[in-house]
Amino acid sequence: MFSSGRERNLRGCGLLLADAGGARCPPCAVGMGEFKVHRVRFFNYVPSGIRCVAYNNQSNRLAVSRTDGTVEIYNLSANYFQEKFFPGHESRATEALCWAKGQRLFSGGLNGEIIEYDLQALNIKYAMDAFGGPIWSMAVSPCGSQLLVGCEDGSVKLFQITPDKIQFERNFDRQKRSAVHKMLVDRQYMGVSKRKCIIWGVAFLSDGTVISVDSAGKVQFWDSATGTLVKNHLIANADVQSIAVSDQEDSFVVGTAEGTVFHFQLVSVTSNSSEKQWVRTKPFQHHTHDVRAVAHSPTALISGGTDTHLVIRPLMEKVEVKNYDAALRKITFPHRRLISCSKKRHLLLFQFAHHLELWRLGSTVATGKNGDTLPLSKDADHLLHLKTKGPENIICSCISPCGSWIAYSTTSRFFLYRLNYEHDNISLQRVSKMPAFLRSALQILFSEDSTKLFVASNQGSLHIIRLLEGSFKHLHTFQPQSGTVESMCLLAVSPDGNWLAASGTSAGVHVYNIKHLKLHCTVPAYNFPVTALAIAPSTNNLVIAHSDQQVFEYSIPDKQYTEWSRTIQKQGFHYLWLQRDTPITHISFHPKRPMHILLHDAYMFCIIDKSLPLPNDKTLLYNPLPPTNESDVIRRRTAHAFKISKIYKPLLFMDLLDERTLVAVERPLDDIIAQLPPPIKKKKFGT
Amino acid sequence: MAALEEEFTLSTVPLGAGPNGLLGVEQSDKTDQFLVTHGGRTVILYKVSDQKPLGSWSVKQGQIITCPAVCNFQTGEFIVVHDNKVLRIWNTENVNLDKVFKATLSAEIYRIHSIQGTEPLVLFKEGAVRGLEALLAEPQQKIETVVSDDEVIKWTKVFMVFRHPVLIFITEKHGNHFAYIQTFSSRTLSKYTLFHGQEEKSVIQNFTASVDRKFISLMSLSSDGCVYETLIPIHPRDPDENQRVVRSLLLKTVVAGNAPSGVALTVLDQDHVAVLGPPLPASKECLSIWNTKFQTLQTSRELPQGTSGQLWYFGENLFMLHGKFLTVIPYKCEVSSLAGALGKLKHSQDPGTHTVPHFVNWETSRGYGFGSQNSEQSKRILRRRKIEVNVPPPAFEQLLSTIKKDSEKDIEVELCKFLAVKRTPDFHAIVGDIVLELLGRHTTEPSFYPRNSLMQLIQTHVLSYSLCPGLMEAALEKTDVQMLQLCLQQFPDIPESITCACLKIFLSISDDSLQETEINMESVSDCSDPVQEKMDEQTEILQNGFNADEQNCDSCDRKLNQKPQDAAEETTSCPVVPKRAALLNAILHSAYSEMFLLPHLKDIPAQHVTIMDWICLLLDANFTVVVMIPEAKRLLLSLYKFVKSQICICSELNKIEVSFRELQKLNQEKNNRELYSIEVLELF
Repeated sequence: MFSSGRERNLRGCGLLLADAGGARCPPCAVGMGEFKVHRVRFFNYVPSGIRCVAYNNQSNRLAVSRTDGTVEIYNLSANYFQEKFFPGHESRATEALCWAKGQRLFSGGLNGEIIEYDLQALNIKYAMDAFGGPIWSMAVSPCGSQLLVGCEDGSVKLFQITPDKIQFERNFDRQKRSAVHKMLVDRQYMGVSKRKCIIWGVAFLSDGTVISVDSAGKVQFWDSATGTLVKNHLIANADVQSIAVSDQEDSFVVGTAEGTVFHFQLVSVTSNSSEKQWVRTKPFQHHTHDVRAVAHSPTALISGGTDTHLVIRPLMEKVEVKNYDAALRKITFPHRRLISCSKKRHLLLFQFAHHLELWRLGSTVATGKNGDTLPLSKDADHLLHLKTKGPENIICSCISPCGSWIAYSTTSRFFLYRLNYEHDNISLQRVSKMPAFLRSALQILFSEDSTKLFVASNQGSLHIIRLLEGSFKHLHTFQPQSGTVESMCLLAVSPDGNWLAASGTSAGVHVYNIKHLKLHCTVPAYNFPVTALAIAPSTNNLVIAHSDQQVFEYSIPDKQYTEWSRTIQKQGFHYLWLQRDTPITHISFHPKRPMHILLHDAYMFCIIDKSLPLPNDKTLLYNPLPPTNESDVIRRRTAHAFKISKIYKPLLFMDLLDERTLVAVERPLDDIIAQLPPPIKKKKFGT
Repeated sequence: MAALEEEFTLSTVPLGAGPNGLLGVEQSDKTDQFLVTHGGRTVILYKVSDQKPLGSWSVKQGQIITCPAVCNFQTGEFIVVHDNKVLRIWNTENVNLDKVFKATLSAEIYRIHSIQGTEPLVLFKEGAVRGLEALLAEPQQKIETVVSDDEVIKWTKVFMVFRHPVLIFITEKHGNHFAYIQTFSSRTLSKYTLFHGQEEKSVIQNFTASVDRKFISLMSLSSDGCVYETLIPIHPRDPDENQRVVRSLLLKTVVAGNAPSGVALTVLDQDHVAVLGPPLPASKECLSIWNTKFQTLQTSRELPQGTSGQLWYFGENLFMLHGKFLTVIPYKCEVSSLAGALGKLKHSQDPGTHTVPHFVNWETSRGYGFGSQNSEQSKRILRRRKIEVNVPPPAFEQLLSTIKKDSEKDIEVELCKFLAVKRTPDFHAIVGDIVLELLGRHTTEPSFYPRNSLMQLIQTHVLSYSLCPGLMEAALEKTDVQMLQLCLQQFPDIPESITCACLKIFLSISDDSLQETEINMESVSDCSDPVQEKMDEQTEILQNGFNADEQNCDSCDRKLNQKPQDAAEETTSCPVVPKRAALLNAILHSAYSEMFLLPHLKDIPAQHVTIMDWICLLLDANFTVVVMIPEAKRLLLSLYKFVKSQICICSELNKIEVSFRELQKLNQEKNNRELYSIEVLELF
């Protein structure tokens, strides 16, 4: 199930043996040492099911809404990175999502409101009641200037999109029953229902063909002029729930409740005739549950549903270069951290949509060799279950390295708690009277000594707060650069507490001097968004990972890229490294080994030893086998800077607790599936 | 199968028989409208489907209509004759016959004939015939006498033969009957004496006739209740000579002998006649439909209130008197076929398009080669032998000598002469000898290929492969597909190797050369010209049979998906041009035994992809038939067994799958227990 393209490639590499760079090997490089790994699988995280997807051709971005109201923005040009998200809200179930007027994103939901999202500030621009009850469908006119919503009361309402808002224009009150079908173009054509079945979606093509998908498993083609059924494809025994047509109207995709996605194409009847016909071409089964939403980009079929996976299936015939855009993508986990860790107290803070969980890791006194599972002298403890107040989802959370502070934020409130430990007892105390400016945070970070709190607000400003015993003091606010309103999503502070790095989604990384409370420098902007950043101890080198899998090391004191970073940019990363399909979500450092950088994505954990030679494309990148009876020479020859482990997956978090201890948080997919409603049973064999 | 539908009455006014009864029913220029002439004074125009009169015209008191009104198809006017000599011409707008155009002629008129495609023809009682226009130009012109004294015209009919009218009328004098054929293309009048043969005593009661290309088939119903057929050549060898024609028995005792009241006979189509009269001496009068080919009664309808011995047939309606009312009985004869019998006869749903028969059309395909029909043929020959024993063989010797030395043209002329005379009992043998003679000269003198003569000889329908071995070989050698087609249609005994050789030639001959040859298209007659254009287009596409695109799996899918939806569309387009289709049809119609055919079929190169398309199409069309034939039973049984075992396997697999899933669940639970562990990791 998880044999992604990357994995296969890594395995395929096993035959290659490198002969380069052996001579330069420093003797210390052999063996990265042993780690005790706390392997955690009790993070009971279940992503919300996907409800809608909307593809924007102009920006090549995909908006995905989930059943908890979360809206995520994926940048398909940036290696499918989830670059933005809008937190969900209990009463705001999104039922319809669409892009309009270029890159403006609208949604409609069961609360009857039309919402426009601010993609810069990452908040909701406004919410406007359509006064038609729950909104079930939403479409934009071909020119992009008008928005139509289909409401529970059966009305279809037309809104004019003005530069900063939308304005109600007129009401089409045509159907007594609720308009559950999608209106894809602004023509007055209502669903054609023949039997007692629900039309889940319709598409109106410019040639007058109407395509409907319904609960009886049919895809039907209608002639809108005569209202007659032209063609009928029975494709499923269950509902066909979604449909999306390509811009060229020569291909469309439908998703069924059986988890199947069918591709239909308009193809010539014979090789040299102009007569064309809609033909079901390819079925795909990448989902186990209902495919609630599909989208059609020029090069890929995108689908999502109850099983929470977002699947991007490239159309091989449309992909010009067989690079890794041509690989199937299955995105299950958010591209951001949901876990923070208190190294000092061995605590893990898990962030869920509406609560936080605090766990204390267990311990062992035993030792062992590679691969051993050690007997526990103390099991992990669930210390705290902190429920949020209100309907809003948690945006971000953090526990201080000392373990005495917990902070989290929702869209409208910021919470700070003080934790007191008395032996096995733990008490929680909320710090009240938070300042008004601390309303909503996109990212929260504590300094290494837990005396400072850094908060990235959604207005683009950065607040620095000094934490005192049970109280706090606002130290400073870095205002956003003039002219930009881009919110900062990622923060990193240097262990010495002097430097703060902050990054938005597109502009470069800003580095602030905390002592002098001023902007120190800005790392030049790069084409691809930052997925993780961290500042190394002692050297104060800023390590930045981007969604295209590039890793940069930037010396903050020198305000320039380090020599190592230049070298690796010159030589280039190993091709298998670049073909990984999940972003690096966390970077950390070894306190005693300044040459080591620890980083991980969902499927691997890597220690980069900068003192070792870089691998080239002929080198075996991933070598899980321990050297057995090979001589030291061969080991030295094959040793390179990237030490990769793929034991833990899907890996949501990995960090170094101390010199010899790691913590890895895994979330096995089977555990997620076990918590989903049972899928429609499909016989694999026979009729 | 011929069938009579529900009858209905046309006139509300009771009609009497005899002079005050019904004079005639004639077609008007509009379909479904008929002119009914009542003996006496009235002409009524009926719309038959509505059963209502559209107009009625009467002559003045004292005048009497003497011949049925007809419609001039060229002008749409109606013409009637009253008082034997007075022509009245009018149209639907006229109300009073007295005020319409009138022409008084110098001689008495027997009948005006009017059929589509020509001007009305006026037949005078003295036997002269005039075109209407000529008559109207000079009404008082002198009309010559053709028939002798005491000779009375009994019956007449007109046909269109090669776009020219041919008029036949029968006269009687002292119990002898004479047939006069008036052709207008060559303006000849020929007279034939109808020879009664052995049934001298019987009196001819009614006539009907149909026309072939060369013969008028005159059928007569005699007082002995039998139907006799007389073949009268349209173009006589010697028009001036009084010739004798012999009649032969066609149907035996269709009505009771010496029926007291009127009997009538009319030809419905190639194989069917309608007979009016009592089937048994004591029974009531009946309308019966007889199949002349199989000599079977197809259907009959009792007319308990009696009839008048008058019967007309136009389009799909039979008109007769039933009691005192003019009655219409619609008649339908659907082409019978095996496929039709099995319900495979499906019609294209699109009302605008032609119905393309998906089955082999045995009825219209002129398959004279088949057993039953062949025996029919020989039966006729036998009958003729009985009748025509005394006729001496014609100048056979002379023809043979002509063949030996003269030019093809001369041979053709001689052959025409030879074929025009009556057939002797050993006619088929003689024809075979002639063919062999021609082929003999062809072998010694390869440039000599008397195609026309050979074709003519084949069309006598008496030849078979064994009578003239070498004929088809010669045609194969010359790639004469037209002749091959003809042979395939006519010969009952073609060896399979020859059939296969024909098939090879039919498949390999280029479309261009096909275009130039004249091929009998009857078997694909439903493919009209506009369709043909479309087919030509289609052929270009499919000529290679395979296009590279289809290697792509996607397009295979597409193909599969298309199939069911486009079945209708596909079947309307044939993968071969109609001419080739006609040729292939000829192969399919020919008699063969698959045991002998198969070894030869293997010789057909696979490049003839069209044959695959064709066979597939044929199989599609006849699928239900194929499934129901006994040979398919074993296949169906084993298919059934296979599917059954397949279902068993599937159900077992499903069980295994469920078991595995349970095992997987157990396995997962085991793994799940390890929610937390501390492990040792060493990175290398």
